[in-house]
Amino acid sequence: MSKDFSALRVGDELPNLVLPPVNRTTLALFAGASGDYNPIHIDLDFARQSGLSDVFAHGMLGMAWLCRLLTQWAPQQQLRKVDVRFGGITHLGNIISCRGKVIELNDLAGEPCARVEVTSVNQFGQIKIAGEAWIALA
Amino acid sequence: MIDKKWIGHAFPSSTLTLERGRLQFFARAIGETDPVYTDVAAAQSAGYADLPAPPTFIFGIELESGASDQLLQTLGIPLKKLLHGEQGFTFHQPACAGDTVTVQPRITEIYDKKGGALEFVVKLSEARNQRGELVAEMRTVLVCRHA
Repeated sequence: MSKDFSALRVGDELPNLVLPPVNRTTLALFAGASGDYNPIHIDLDFARQSGLSDVFAHGMLGMAWLCRLLTQWAPQQQLRKVDVRFGGITHLGNIISCRGKVIELNDLAGEPCARVEVTSVNQFGQIKIAGEAWIALA
Repeated sequence: MIDKKWIGHAFPSSTLTLERGRLQFFARAIGETDPVYTDVAAAQSAGYADLPAPPTFIFGIELESGASDQLLQTLGIPLKKLLHGEQGFTFHQPACAGDTVTVQPRITEIYDKKGGALEFVVKLSEARNQRGELVAEMRTVLVCRHA
């Protein structure tokens, strides 16, 4: 069931993953499903008491979407490593696009892999998450 | 300031048994459409023992148990000042429905920037299954922002 990467080249892009606009329902469901009950993401009163105008998305929701980008491209069994930096808060109404590009073909711990640059950007072009993933070629 | 005595300290572990319904709920919450994550037959024909936990699912095990809250309290980081700076996963094998996963965290670095306005805590957590086999290693950079 592994993906055929024989024609893979540096510079190849993964098919984008575009998400629906972030809304409160998405954040409530993710809080319950992920186990992250931090009220800053689901409780407007708490957010305001914390000096924010509204709740905002969990960073790990954005990372889960980036991993969907990867596993729709290659099976999860081939995903070896993902490292990201959270660059900015994802607000309600943001439409996130997840993008990936092969930047290197190299070994990771002796196994041939593709190193993929991943980014998550909103509809205004603001980068929310940036990082890289290593995916085994077989 | 966060006390640097915690560098190298191992904090209490958290354990969760992965249930099919919970993994399906997580898949739905992230908008996952691949049947491998919701349909047991599809998962098994893709080579999994049962529904696989999506890659980042195991991150929540320490949150749900309350271990993360306790760690933040111990370090003196209020939720209102907390930011998630970086996150990394190194995967060794999938965790599937029916598996019991134990996550053991350890603080590896504490440092500050901008004259102490930003403090950073690096946590490494190992996730192992019920056979003691390594499922994944997680690296978390927590940021405490003193506005």
